[in-house]
Amino acid sequence: MPNISSGPRVGLFVTCLADMFRPSVAFATVKLLEQAGCKAEVPERQTCCGQPAFNSGDRKTTADIARQTIDAFDGYEYVVGPSGSCIGMLHYYPEVFDPSDSYYQRALELKNRSFEITSFLFDVIGMDSLQEQLRQLQFNHKVTYHDSCSGLRQLGIKQQPRQLLQQVQGVELEEMEEAETCCGFGGTFCVKYPEISNRMVSNKSEFISNTGAHTVLGGDLGCLLNMAGKLKREGKQVEARHIVEVLAGMTDTPAIGEADYGLAQQL
Amino acid sequence: MQINTPFFKQRAHDALADANLQKALGNLKAGFPEKRAIAVSRMPEFEQLRDQGRDLKNHILEHLDLYLEEFERKVIENGGHVHWARTADDANRIILDICQQVDAKTVTKGKSMVTEEIGLNDFLEANGVQPVETDLGEYILQLRHDHPSHIIAPAIHLNLEDVSEAFHANHHRPKSSDPAVLMQEAREVLREKFVAADVGITGANFCVAETGSTIIVTNEGNGDLTQTLPKTHVVVTSIEKVVPTLEDMTLFLRLLARSATGQEFSVYNTLSSGPRREGDQDGPENFHVVLVDNGRSEMVGSEFQDMLRCIRCSACMNHCPVYGAVGGHSYGWVYPGPMGSVLTPQMIGIEKGGMLPNASTFCGKCESVCPVRIPLPKLMRHWREDEFEKHLQPKAARYGLAGWAFLAKRPALYKPYTRMASWMMKTWAGKNGRIKKLPLAGGWTDWRDMPAPQGKTFMQAWKEQQKAGGQQ
Ligand code: SF4
Repeated sequence: MPNISSGPRVGLFVTCLADMFRPSVAFATVKLLEQAGCKAEVPERQTCCGQPAFNSGDRKTTADIARQTIDAFDGYEYVVGPSGSCIGMLHYYPEVFDPSDSYYQRALELKNRSFEITSFLFDVIGMDSLQEQLRQLQFNHKVTYHDSCSGLRQLGIKQQPRQLLQQVQGVELEEMEEAETCCGFGGTFCVKYPEISNRMVSNKSEFISNTGAHTVLGGDLGCLLNMAGKLKREGKQVEARHIVEVLAGMTDTPAIGEADYGLAQQL
Repeated sequence: MQINTPFFKQRAHDALADANLQKALGNLKAGFPEKRAIAVSRMPEFEQLRDQGRDLKNHILEHLDLYLEEFERKVIENGGHVHWARTADDANRIILDICQQVDAKTVTKGKSMVTEEIGLNDFLEANGVQPVETDLGEYILQLRHDHPSHIIAPAIHLNLEDVSEAFHANHHRPKSSDPAVLMQEAREVLREKFVAADVGITGANFCVAETGSTIIVTNEGNGDLTQTLPKTHVVVTSIEKVVPTLEDMTLFLRLLARSATGQEFSVYNTLSSGPRREGDQDGPENFHVVLVDNGRSEMVGSEFQDMLRCIRCSACMNHCPVYGAVGGHSYGWVYPGPMGSVLTPQMIGIEKGGMLPNASTFCGKCESVCPVRIPLPKLMRHWREDEFEKHLQPKAARYGLAGWAFLAKRPALYKPYTRMASWMMKTWAGKNGRIKKLPLAGGWTDWRDMPAPQGKTFMQAWKEQQKAGGQQ
């Protein structure tokens, strides 16, 4: 194992959805960071990245939350989270401050050291240090990968997750049609315009199942909850998981939206 | 044109249920984006051209007054007339005036979105001048008393049967469903109109300051007949269309054709530089340019200035998953798709247009294909800010946001709250792993299951783990 204490100190940006819906995604992220030789910490004072306020036009709340996040992650060499959308929001922080505001510089500086997890692993840590770990993993399934919008178009994440996945033994990646088209989640969009959102996620569900994949993977829980919810409603057998679950070898937890028999027995 | 934008949701609902429309939209999705992708892949410097296009437009907008004045000077030098129209009404009156001066009964029209914007056809008709659309798509729409649902493929929402019926009802000829026969029929009918017209009205894709020329870019050639046959040619265009030189124009022509239809060059690129000169074989005797402002000069210097770079290529709507789902008529006014979601609130007011900038997931696809790199999602977000400041958003959304913001700004309260919410949802789901119906979340569960939370929040589980680790 790499020497944990010698690596960079990384602040984990948990993200609301991993926090509330799927802690295993955050645990998997921690595991990957530690395997990469980082010291992962979880700042107590983080909540949400502020995107709901930003996209609703509430600049004041956005700035308040941005300040809180900037303070919470002060001093970490890197900030890493399992979501292109939330990390993308951190990258928007400089836009919410006037350049004369003392937080403006700090926002710029936070932007430069925050990364979505697959981009952090591939672009910052580098494949050389990860390959050995990843090659010990097994996931004997055909998978397909959905490119979430902010990760893809704002942060340029396309090859990183695929390159990492390809190291895992047994993974067969089958690209779906229109992998880069929005799934229709869009934060509050999916409840404000449910019918349009439904059309978009119905298309996505069809493209996913056309591949014959066993599992659809992605890097954003919002999209994954949306796609899993649709696949399940349509009675399709495809499972949905966050990519970090596969990369961290943590696929023994039930997939998104699958019955949790273990826990049910405990109750 | 009547403003139906406030009914966006209802119109979208109807559009989603319209099988014919959905089929047409499916064809669009497979057509333009694929052709654009091929054209772009054949041109390695395309991304640089986009940068140049953006920078040049920005430069023009910084010096808009200068280039417009230069353009005006040149048009006059060439023997033409320039009219400045501050509002849509002004523009309509100016155009009617020109028509009445030459005692016009009918006018032929090339395709022009600006004339849609100002509602020219209705105005002319109400004042005794009969406009005849000559672009095939626009002609079909005129027969059907319909409006464009796309800025370059106006009749994209119709199918062959619709066209066949419209022709049969209006041309009094045997009904045919053969596209070639229909095309020929349209040609014959329109040819008479071209010859009979007193005035020809076209739009302009660009106005060249250096030469005082306007240019129209088409694939049918109808525009050429519209502007050369009648004695009077009126160009109706808007102030942001001006470019400094012919050379600059060619940059935009290269961007436009590829972004719009995936062509390397459009079939007809026709320049008009004033009335017929001595020795010219054809051309109009009178040449007028009507420069429409209609709210655009207010955008200069505002947070919406970037929108004035738009060259009306339609790439943003061709690639938009929302447009692709609901089609152009759902947007309820002239300009659909992402560019419409920014422009429409500017032109009809955010109070009526507010639905549009909200109907976006901010997926960013539009911005990624826009030839002049307009940050469309950002501009839609500016409209949402405007709405927020004016308290225009629905109460439920406002209160919901405020409640959430209260918690998100207080980590000590946020944590127990999220713990409780996760626990409640988990309990509600029971052992199912997902929820079929969730109170207050009908927007979600009417259409899809809600995957259940795993149980504890991460913050809670992490803390427990750290504690346990510390005790070891
Ligand atoms: S906004 Fe951009 S992509 Fe859309 S029509 Fe205008 S120039 Fe084309």
